[in-house]
Amino acid sequence: MTPSLVSKYLGEREGQRPSHLSDRTQSGSKPLLEIDALSLTIHGKPILRDLSLTIAPGEIVALTGESGSGKSMTALAAMGLLPQGAETSGALRLDGTNLCQLSERRLCAIRGREIGMIFQEPMTALNPVQRIGDQVAETILVHKAMPRAAARARAAEMLARVGLPPERVPPSRYPHELSGGQRQRVVIAMAIALRPKLLIADEPTTALDVTTQAQILDLLRELVREEGMGLMMITHDLAVVSEMADRIAVMNSGEIVEQGATARLFAEMRHPYTRQLFEASRHRADLPEARPDGPLLRVETVTRHYPGPRQGLFRPGRAQVAVNGVSFEIARGERVGLVGESGCGKSTLARAILGLEPVQAGAITLDGAPVYRHGKPDRAVRRRVQVVFQDPYGSFNPRHRVGRLIAEPFHLLDDPPRGPERAAAIARALTDVGLKPDHAEQHIHAFSGGQRQRIAIARALIIRPELVIFDEAVSALDVRVRAQILDLIADLSRQYGLTYLFISHDLSVVRGITDRVLVMRSGEIVEAGETETVFDNPAHWYTKSLLAAAPSLPRPPGGGQEDDREPDAR
Amino acid sequence: MLAYALKRLFILAISLAIASLVIFLVVEVAPGDPASFMLGINARPDTVAALRAELGLDLPVHERYLAWVSGMVQGDFGTSYTYRAPVAQMVAERVQVSLPLALYALLLSTLIAFPAGIFAAARRGKPGDVAVMGATQLGVAVPNFWFAMLLVLLFALKLRWFSAGGFPGWDDPLQGLKALTLPAVALALPQAAILARVMRSALIDILHEDFIRTARAKGLSRRQALWRHGVRNALIPVLTIIGLQFSFLLAGAIIIEQVFFLPGLGRLIFQAITQRDLIVVESVVMLLVFAVIVVTFVTDLAYAAVDPRLRRRR
Repeated sequence: MTPSLVSKYLGEREGQRPSHLSDRTQSGSKPLLEIDALSLTIHGKPILRDLSLTIAPGEIVALTGESGSGKSMTALAAMGLLPQGAETSGALRLDGTNLCQLSERRLCAIRGREIGMIFQEPMTALNPVQRIGDQVAETILVHKAMPRAAARARAAEMLARVGLPPERVPPSRYPHELSGGQRQRVVIAMAIALRPKLLIADEPTTALDVTTQAQILDLLRELVREEGMGLMMITHDLAVVSEMADRIAVMNSGEIVEQGATARLFAEMRHPYTRQLFEASRHRADLPEARPDGPLLRVETVTRHYPGPRQGLFRPGRAQVAVNGVSFEIARGERVGLVGESGCGKSTLARAILGLEPVQAGAITLDGAPVYRHGKPDRAVRRRVQVVFQDPYGSFNPRHRVGRLIAEPFHLLDDPPRGPERAAAIARALTDVGLKPDHAEQHIHAFSGGQRQRIAIARALIIRPELVIFDEAVSALDVRVRAQILDLIADLSRQYGLTYLFISHDLSVVRGITDRVLVMRSGEIVEAGETETVFDNPAHWYTKSLLAAAPSLPRPPGGGQEDDREPDAR
Repeated sequence: MLAYALKRLFILAISLAIASLVIFLVVEVAPGDPASFMLGINARPDTVAALRAELGLDLPVHERYLAWVSGMVQGDFGTSYTYRAPVAQMVAERVQVSLPLALYALLLSTLIAFPAGIFAAARRGKPGDVAVMGATQLGVAVPNFWFAMLLVLLFALKLRWFSAGGFPGWDDPLQGLKALTLPAVALALPQAAILARVMRSALIDILHEDFIRTARAKGLSRRQALWRHGVRNALIPVLTIIGLQFSFLLAGAIIIEQVFFLPGLGRLIFQAITQRDLIVVESVVMLLVFAVIVVTFVTDLAYAAVDPRLRRRR
């Protein structure tokens, strides 16, 4: 396929572009998408109430709010992809056509051609058994926009357009051969292959690392600018919203509580919910002064590698180094952060400290005693370290009652408490994390994500461990809940003088909850120091790039204290 | 892909070696001396000893094992004690019935199960789905020999479209195929019922995947998304079941072979066991193991063809 042939087929649509662009340059031009008093119920349950919103060509409008606020349902309503049992009232007009009244056949013709959509989870959004070029070309072919060969060429061109040039990432690749960021680029290429007028991005960067997130956001901005698309951007992250959007709509329980131009909305924040979200996003727990008291955990030149894929039948694979010569110490009473992007070895290190895996070199000792001995975790050491994981939904056995769940670490003790003593310990643990002793009788499904994370903390603290590892413990939580959990950790620190290692990819969280921070990259610690010092004056280029890539919140209204995040780094 | 295939082939060879050893040992420790069994309880000890020598039963165990294996590799499966005929020849005759029957049944079951499973998955919870699921429930529950008898009653005795049993040989391929039709249907239906259920549930799982939603966002209709993105992904569990079913059909057709008087492998091994014809039992079991392992190998290759994640290097 020659380029001229491609442009021949493209010409038709390209030709429309100037008029399209001139549309939006007129101020107050007629909106591309107009949501007019949209209400939605699913099996009679109200999901969206009286939603009104417009998006003009070339405009980025962000829908923000916490999980369950109806952001994603709004997007699916615009795509006509609502689940079964959904009933809508009101109108959803694209270029004047009410999408709610269209037949499924007409909607199929609009999806992918007039409206493109990008999803949150790039790891699962692609068909694992189809080549990426074919998946992009399918968008074109299903709309019969071009013959097969032209569609192939266009697909390759689109992949190059989103930063996957054929010499580096050929269209013949399968999704599993790509990284998360690359897969998200493929999803974007699919969504924009026919240059739709409206692009809907549902949490497009939530599953990505900060540096990748910055690249994807740049790409989206560029596409909107150059192609004149309207972008409906759905995200819970106010910092991302403030950097991306022209206008913002804040959603809470199915309603838009406040909307307006980004700068003005952040300056005014008329609705209390908006203020709460904003406050929670920049929340810093009030961590008591640390009183370090002698070394507790010592990690000495630890190396952990995994066997790679075999090179041949009798040739073992080259080892993949997950942790490479890492050394650090944590003193009793100290709160240490560990930051880095996915795959940098954070979690492997955490597993090694917990004694769940052997290390190939170096030593991990707690008070001088190795955590892993004779091919298994040392029980006497193991009971002094506990962990809180990220997923508040998957890390509990759903068939056990809460009391039994949080009493689990007792099996590490030689003489676990029994009877009333045990019940008292459970009640105490629940009260400590802000729950009630009665909650011990309930099953885990009765609790919200935040409550579950409280239960996870109760479980970790019930045997009074000397070291707690928080492995992305607040990453899956909504901002307001996250703020509460961070406060809880600060409170517990005050009460019990906790020593912990707080692992997170989120720099702003780590900043508020730790005294010292370690920055990890490709299995090595590239920078370590006092949290404030590292954040204010990063020494290593990688730390600098992480800080620069992290989106930041605007200053709070009323000339209050400046955003805590490094302003120079932007 | 080639490296993957070679690796699978290596595993295949090792499996065969281990299987041959296990079969030999199991048959070896099984009670009952073939020589005395063949000659009856009144046989004189020296006659028995002579027969044992003739059969090679007096040799040390490892020599017999090596002789057995090296014979098999050269296509010599030994001589049956009871029939006094080369086992290879007996097996070859039976395979001519059993292998086409298994393939025929598998083909029928796939042809029934795929459309039924896909149809039901596409209409989950609707009357079409309920009907297909009800039918497969029945198919799983009804024993195939009973079903075989119903087929004979209807198509052989009443309608006289097919003969009630026996096998005329492959001189006239059409007649041969005709004779295998009723048995193949009787074998295929229960298998089809299982396969359809697997296909349906695999496809329903796949239809909940994110990439199906992505496909719909591209503008594919539900049906297009199902066919283009659902079916191939659902094939992986289905292939597993097909592989298992083929192995079963090859050897597990004993009852159906009895009902239709077919001279198949199942009957051969049944007779050999009752007559303690160790050489035949060993050889046929080894042959079946070989078939199962080869089918597994082919299934593994099919996986790789369907799922690119399994071929590490292309």
